[in-house]
Amino acid sequence: MNYLMRRLATFPLVLLGVSILVFVAIRMVPGDSITAMLGTEAGLLTPAQRDSLAAYFGIDQPWFVQYWRWIGGILHGNLGISVTYGRPVLDVIVERFPLTLELAILSMIIALAVGMPAGIFAATHNEKLSDLGVRIVAMIGQSTPSFVLGLLIIYTLSAGFGVLPAMGEFAPLWQDPLRNLSQLILPAITLGFAFAASVTRISRSAMLDVLSDDYVRTARSKGASARSVIWRHALPNALIPVVTLSGIEFGYLLGGAVIVEQIYALPGLGRMVLDAIQQRDYALVQGAVLFIAFNFMIVNLLVDLAYVALDPRIRLGEP
Amino acid sequence: MIPLLSVSDLRVGFGRNPQANEVVRGVSFDLADGETLAIVGESGSGKSVTALSINRLIDFGGGRITGGAMKLKRADSSVFDLITATEPQLTGIRGAEIGMIFQEPMTSLNPVLTIGRQIEESFRLHRELTGRQATAAAKDALDRVRIPDAERLLKYTPNQLSGGMLQRVMIAIALACNPRLLIADEPTTALDVTVQAQIMALLAELKRETGMSMIFITHDIGLVAGIADRVMVMQNGQAVEQGELNQILDNAQQPYTQHLLQDVPHFANGSATRADGQRDTGAAKEPALKVDNLVVRFPLKSSFFSRATGAVHAVDGVDFDLMPGETLAIVGESGSGKSTTARAVLGLVRSTRGSFSVGVRKASAEQSALPVQMVFQNPYASLNPRLSIESILAEPVIATGGRVNAETQARMATLLERVGLPKNSLERYPHEFSGGQRQRLCIARALMLNPSVVVLDEAVSALDVSVQAKVLELLVDLQREFGLAYLFISHDMAVVERIAHRIAVIYAGQIVEIGDATSVLSKPQHSYTKKLIAAVPTIDRRHEHFELDTRQVPSLVRPQGYEPAPARWEQFGADHMARAEV
Repeated sequence: MNYLMRRLATFPLVLLGVSILVFVAIRMVPGDSITAMLGTEAGLLTPAQRDSLAAYFGIDQPWFVQYWRWIGGILHGNLGISVTYGRPVLDVIVERFPLTLELAILSMIIALAVGMPAGIFAATHNEKLSDLGVRIVAMIGQSTPSFVLGLLIIYTLSAGFGVLPAMGEFAPLWQDPLRNLSQLILPAITLGFAFAASVTRISRSAMLDVLSDDYVRTARSKGASARSVIWRHALPNALIPVVTLSGIEFGYLLGGAVIVEQIYALPGLGRMVLDAIQQRDYALVQGAVLFIAFNFMIVNLLVDLAYVALDPRIRLGEP
Repeated sequence: MIPLLSVSDLRVGFGRNPQANEVVRGVSFDLADGETLAIVGESGSGKSVTALSINRLIDFGGGRITGGAMKLKRADSSVFDLITATEPQLTGIRGAEIGMIFQEPMTSLNPVLTIGRQIEESFRLHRELTGRQATAAAKDALDRVRIPDAERLLKYTPNQLSGGMLQRVMIAIALACNPRLLIADEPTTALDVTVQAQIMALLAELKRETGMSMIFITHDIGLVAGIADRVMVMQNGQAVEQGELNQILDNAQQPYTQHLLQDVPHFANGSATRADGQRDTGAAKEPALKVDNLVVRFPLKSSFFSRATGAVHAVDGVDFDLMPGETLAIVGESGSGKSTTARAVLGLVRSTRGSFSVGVRKASAEQSALPVQMVFQNPYASLNPRLSIESILAEPVIATGGRVNAETQARMATLLERVGLPKNSLERYPHEFSGGQRQRLCIARALMLNPSVVVLDEAVSALDVSVQAKVLELLVDLQREFGLAYLFISHDMAVVERIAHRIAVIYAGQIVEIGDATSVLSKPQHSYTKKLIAAVPTIDRRHEHFELDTRQVPSLVRPQGYEPAPARWEQFGADHMARAEV
């Protein structure tokens, strides 16, 4: 508990660092919100019009005043107003996030459900033909870009079976679960395939390591069956690297998957951030980056807590 | 009368072509009910492979049985063929009729499961016990191996227990279902000598209680005297000699057995100490190393920012001096502070207090200004695998700002020849050398700078017994030739007896007894030294009964600001004193 408090206490520090980085970075991109919004017509603005627009967006102030206002707003729970949407940044993010979260969870379920058994299978059939097969598929999975796989799936389904992936307005899970799943399952498979490939490779090598450990030999000397040796003795010890990898991948997915969202026309966080950058929607980019960083920290914390649950030798918070 | 286990012409091979890579080449023996067979041999002799073949665990280690027969008499007197048995049949035999314990108790238990669950598993597998019944059975199993407070221990995970306790837990697991055969594969090699004595005593007692048979694998022929009925000596995958215990120990026929009995260091209660290089502390002589009230403490903090609440007193007021050409052995068990003392002398850990002066007087003019060098325990881990031997030997010269010139090259060649390695070693890499050769390389590296003092931290402990003897000989020769002073850290009394002029016994961070090697080993005065010496296995102690002692090593954690009471020393003879006991 003590550890949890101390860990949470570091969150504001990290967020502060991230906020400075994103604030500076987005302002290093040439152009501003006015030009981005009006395009070439921005050249027709009179200086007075331009100044009043700049004042409206708050970009007439020096950068430290802008930063101060932004931080002050955050402390009051106000992430600012999005220029492109004309709505509070937080509302925009909260609207987009469920899709991204659902997609990330679905891909992780697919990855673990496919990758772990495949990895364990390969490890227990080490150096046999079936192991080689699993390893080749995993290698392909890791090295195929997601847009290739995504397009391949769409093409095969539509050209081969005449089935089109569900397009159109996105249906949230709580409104129309069936339609929601039919919209998300293909993107989840696309993302989950590469994820599963990584999980396969790492669980295979972790299992191979563990299977040659002394306590596995002890378990066999007790008369434990092959199945019990794998599931009861070896697997719990092989989980740590799998959890580490899954945590990192999941954290990335929570930041949105730009390419897959684009291919399947999904309104997720990834596309939102990309659009916001193109529109020089400073408030939205900054807010989204902070939000993504926060999620990452939560995921990392959960991963560390999972270590403790998995391995009694790991104690958190000891220097 | 059918024997419990009958092995004939057993052959085991490894790799893709097991017939061509046989590690066990035609081993035969019979084991009667209640009998203990000791299999003795050095690493690579095939003794462990033979053991693992009996319950067919070798199948999982990449081995294949390529020939021979193994028959086990089961509890109902039917004969079970271990060679043709299927894996499901074997899982019914393992744990139920053949129990096994291993060398490394620290790694042989599953780190993520509690002790209780690991013991219960045996009852679950072979006795169909579940829930509370299994827990009760697990507690009984722990009681049986004399573990105090068994109920609480069931909830512990292995990382919370010491090596000796874990080996008891392993024995409890192996004996849970009353197997009639226990295979013990070097069960005490990783343990301290007093803990070893306890485990041996426990095994002997349990054997008496249950009437089980035992196969005891060891590299230490001294250890078998206490427990074996019969001995089989293995070399290069073959049994060179087997017979009754007394016949093998007193009347060995084969040269290899005689070599193991005679040339290898055995403890002889101080009668085999060195006669050369007597200590000379005359007025003109200055010590090569003088250590005064050395204290090393590691502060304990509950978090990074809080103040220290106590300290681990690893070394607590150690004094000694070391004359040129002399060996001082520091003996003690793991956690006693002997290695920390050595590291402090080298500056590898910071001493909290105390002073030491090094190289006050050099034994000869060419000895260098950087007078202390070290040889470590594990020759496999202490040579960088990516450096050639030439680079490894040049390293100390470069590290002290020197240049690799013709003189350095000449010294490398001389030292390599001196430690008995071929001339072409320079361009080779560490993996091309055996353990003993690597330790010779480490010795050559330590001598590159012409030190006056060499610290040898368990320098021969990782080597095979007959290699040990040769490296010790080399060390003695080098000492005479270069006038080196050795600080020899070891837990092994037999080795210490061969090389030490003087011995310091260290316990809980303090020297409890120090003096002339012969005197300390033959007439120990402090109760701890006595206990330590009594625990050393020797071939003269046959079927001797050890007292079981379940006391734990004292904690070295002290409250902040704690200072030990000043030592009172009692003098016994010219060069022998012991700390007075309260």
